[in-house]
Amino acid sequence: MTAIPLGVPRRLVEFTLDGREARVPEGSTILDACRAAGKDIPTLCQGDTLAPKNACRVCVVEVEGARTLAPACSRKAEAGMEVRTDTERARHSRKVVLELLASSVNLSTTPRAAEWIKEYEAKPDRFGPNAARVDEEPRVDNDLYVRDYDKCILCYKCVDACGDQWQNTFAISVVGRGFDARIAVEHDAPLTDSACVYCGNCVEVCPTGALSFKSEFDMRAAGTWNEAEQTETTTVCAYCGVGCNLTLHVQDNEIVKVTSPHDNPVTHGNLCIKGRFGYQHVQNRD
Amino acid sequence: MDLHFGDSKPTDEEREAVDALLGPPGSAWETAFGDSTVRSDADLRWARGGRAARERRDLLLPGLHAVNDRVGWISEGALDYLCRRLTVPPAEAYGVATFYSMFSVKPRPATVLHVCTDVACAAKGAAELCAGVEGRLGLGSGVSVERSPCLGLCERAPAALVVRAGSPAAGPGGPPPDPRPSNAGGAEKSHSTAVVAPATPEAAVLAASAPEAAEPEPPASLAVPQAGQPGLTLLRRIGVVDPASLDDYRSHGGYTALRRAFELGPAGVIREVTDAGLVGRGGAAFPTGVKWKATASQPDHPHYLVCNADESEPGTFKDRVLMEGDPYSLIEAMTIAGYAVGAHKGYLYLRGEYPRALRLLDNAIEQARARGLLGDDVLGQGYAFDIEIRRGAGAYICGEETALFNSIEGYRGEPRSKPPFPVEKGLFGKPTAENNVETLVNVLPILTMGAEAYAAIGTEKSTGPKLFCVSESVERPGIYELPFGATLGELLGLAGKPGNLRAVLLGGAAGGFVRADEMDIPLTFEGTRAAGTTLGSGVVLAIDDTVPLPRILLRIAEFFRDESCGQCVPCRVGTVRQEEALHRIAERTGAAAAGDIALLREVGRAMRDASICGLGQTAWNAVESAIDRLGAYE
Repeated sequence: MTAIPLGVPRRLVEFTLDGREARVPEGSTILDACRAAGKDIPTLCQGDTLAPKNACRVCVVEVEGARTLAPACSRKAEAGMEVRTDTERARHSRKVVLELLASSVNLSTTPRAAEWIKEYEAKPDRFGPNAARVDEEPRVDNDLYVRDYDKCILCYKCVDACGDQWQNTFAISVVGRGFDARIAVEHDAPLTDSACVYCGNCVEVCPTGALSFKSEFDMRAAGTWNEAEQTETTTVCAYCGVGCNLTLHVQDNEIVKVTSPHDNPVTHGNLCIKGRFGYQHVQNRD
Repeated sequence: MDLHFGDSKPTDEEREAVDALLGPPGSAWETAFGDSTVRSDADLRWARGGRAARERRDLLLPGLHAVNDRVGWISEGALDYLCRRLTVPPAEAYGVATFYSMFSVKPRPATVLHVCTDVACAAKGAAELCAGVEGRLGLGSGVSVERSPCLGLCERAPAALVVRAGSPAAGPGGPPPDPRPSNAGGAEKSHSTAVVAPATPEAAVLAASAPEAAEPEPPASLAVPQAGQPGLTLLRRIGVVDPASLDDYRSHGGYTALRRAFELGPAGVIREVTDAGLVGRGGAAFPTGVKWKATASQPDHPHYLVCNADESEPGTFKDRVLMEGDPYSLIEAMTIAGYAVGAHKGYLYLRGEYPRALRLLDNAIEQARARGLLGDDVLGQGYAFDIEIRRGAGAYICGEETALFNSIEGYRGEPRSKPPFPVEKGLFGKPTAENNVETLVNVLPILTMGAEAYAAIGTEKSTGPKLFCVSESVERPGIYELPFGATLGELLGLAGKPGNLRAVLLGGAAGGFVRADEMDIPLTFEGTRAAGTTLGSGVVLAIDDTVPLPRILLRIAEFFRDESCGQCVPCRVGTVRQEEALHRIAERTGAAAAGDIALLREVGRAMRDASICGLGQTAWNAVESAIDRLGAYE
């Protein structure tokens, strides 16, 4: 959740980060400390508006004295801790995690995935041409958003956003087990038969593009999606009096997707169906 | 919560099964969708809901069991009805139902025949058994044949388990049979289970067609070659007492430890257990006294005691034998543990594949309640304690302590991240002490003989007696009790070591192999660690040279792939890549296998370092030890 600086200042915790003294407010994670120190730790399942799930394990770091590596996104900094972020051991696990993910799902729309794969010299092809993949077809069952689970890394963020962390709709869950686990509604039905209220808050938090606006999905399929040409304009939603911030992504004078700033104290990145998807009237120029 | 339900209705059978567990619906809102005909005026002004309704979430797993026991699978209508009764979102309940291998959300025959194909059974002809059974039970036979991981019947391999869905069976303790005629018209079959081990295709098929008439299982003492011998501590009552009789248990020293516990007081019990040096027998070897003290001292209340009887490590069957041969000892030990940590409620999480243990423990709890040994005033000492059994439904991961909490609470059995540790935030977020069956049963001799005498057994760092599950190619497979410190050679000597011994798998699938010439390894936690291996839960699987090692490794890899919960990437995908690589090199050696072995090492290292829980962290242990110690693929 977005931190709003209110109340008494928190105590500082002192620990060692890559051989240097680090001081962070009590309750901060190792990842917070790394970011404050300007260190770039790769993350996928971590979300700035959600409780850490530490499922992807790409942010692992070495904590002196621990038997296993620790996920930087959820492990809290403790006084006297000695943390190393760039050891061979940590880099090895990050590399293998990237290889395992890239060899089983489509990371083509995951921001920075290609850059990390290069940085960690990951070789997803080494598992051979017969390596099992998730192999899912995109699910287009409504006009608002598409679920392309071939791109899903099972980060649980959509489930958490739909459930008790934000929306309290509980339309989706992880179903099945192990490599066969997927995100689905009950009985694996189409979204239109589920509890989904089309708030799109799952799309907002999806780190891989597995969930996307139908408009974005169609434009990507047609080859016309071009983020470099898009402008982003943050405005206030006109539907009701709550005053949610909307960020309109516009390409060729058409709204192609709507997000909300995660640091906005009203929305924390969340919207309802009207703010998220009810923009067609704006471009109905006839 | 504004829950959305579909419009599928439960059948009468499904509704009855759920109502038998939860009682009749409190208002028309809880009945099946569309039942507006029964909605009264009062219902329109009142509905049970909110926190009180949601607090029954932990009944989700028992509810799924109730439907599955009755019908054999869980339909949309049944799941929706159960969700409505418990105020659980259907998507979440579907996620839970699909997590367990003993449940099906697709129609299947009422009878399921689980055939064990794990390491010990594979060496005893499980493949032939499967083929034979499937040849006889084709489509339309009314039996679904499912290959199963270890059923915990290794001393009688190959093993099979029949589960037939039906109305609740009549019998002591069970609900009475439904006197109404069933919808089908004919005589309705009752829910029934049968264990067939050692199994032949003929016997398995016969049991599948009529589980209620199957030949009774041999007594648990048959799994204890030492049964009746003097000098036994943990196994001394097995084969000696009637496991169904509380009187018999008491006349053989039962409930003297609990009396002693009340004399000592909770702090005194913890001190004795600490001084005795007892450490957890489930595999992690954590000091029990430390765990109890940490739980007892938590200011948050209530405290819980959980007994982990989800024994699923391939090759392990000691807890089953203890529960089937001497069930009251576990009930007494749980009462003592609950007293020590300040808990008034104990949960016994029993693996779903142990029908006889369930029956005997159910009976033991009922008898103990009737005699005031459980309940509001245990032994007249003013201490309230009761035990509830929760059945697992086929998931190895639920033996992980925090996954087990999630499973009891009605969520998917996925491990939580630690910290916080269970002693602080465990079951229902409250301080919880969770112990393995064997660990708990060790508390009885500690209290009756005293910490000092107990600590004199075994070695300085590993005190007390230990149970070992010896199976596969030995003359007398079974559970053996030896003081810590006996060597592997001594144990195999007792069990009848084969002449052509190739290797021994210590600790099960999560353990490691040692060579046939390493018989002087002392069977202690520190001794096995010094030898670069692990004692784990006490599995000693003797492997002779008739079974190709690559096939065993492949089975172990399949096991971890099947049982990974899927939460973290290293384990979810790593176990698949490990299995694929082992498939590629199954027939290769030397340079032809070197590339894949290097790959296995890299993936294995990441699984060990970066997985959330012990499953992923140990999924590569056995394969690594086979490569490094046994020279597999050389």
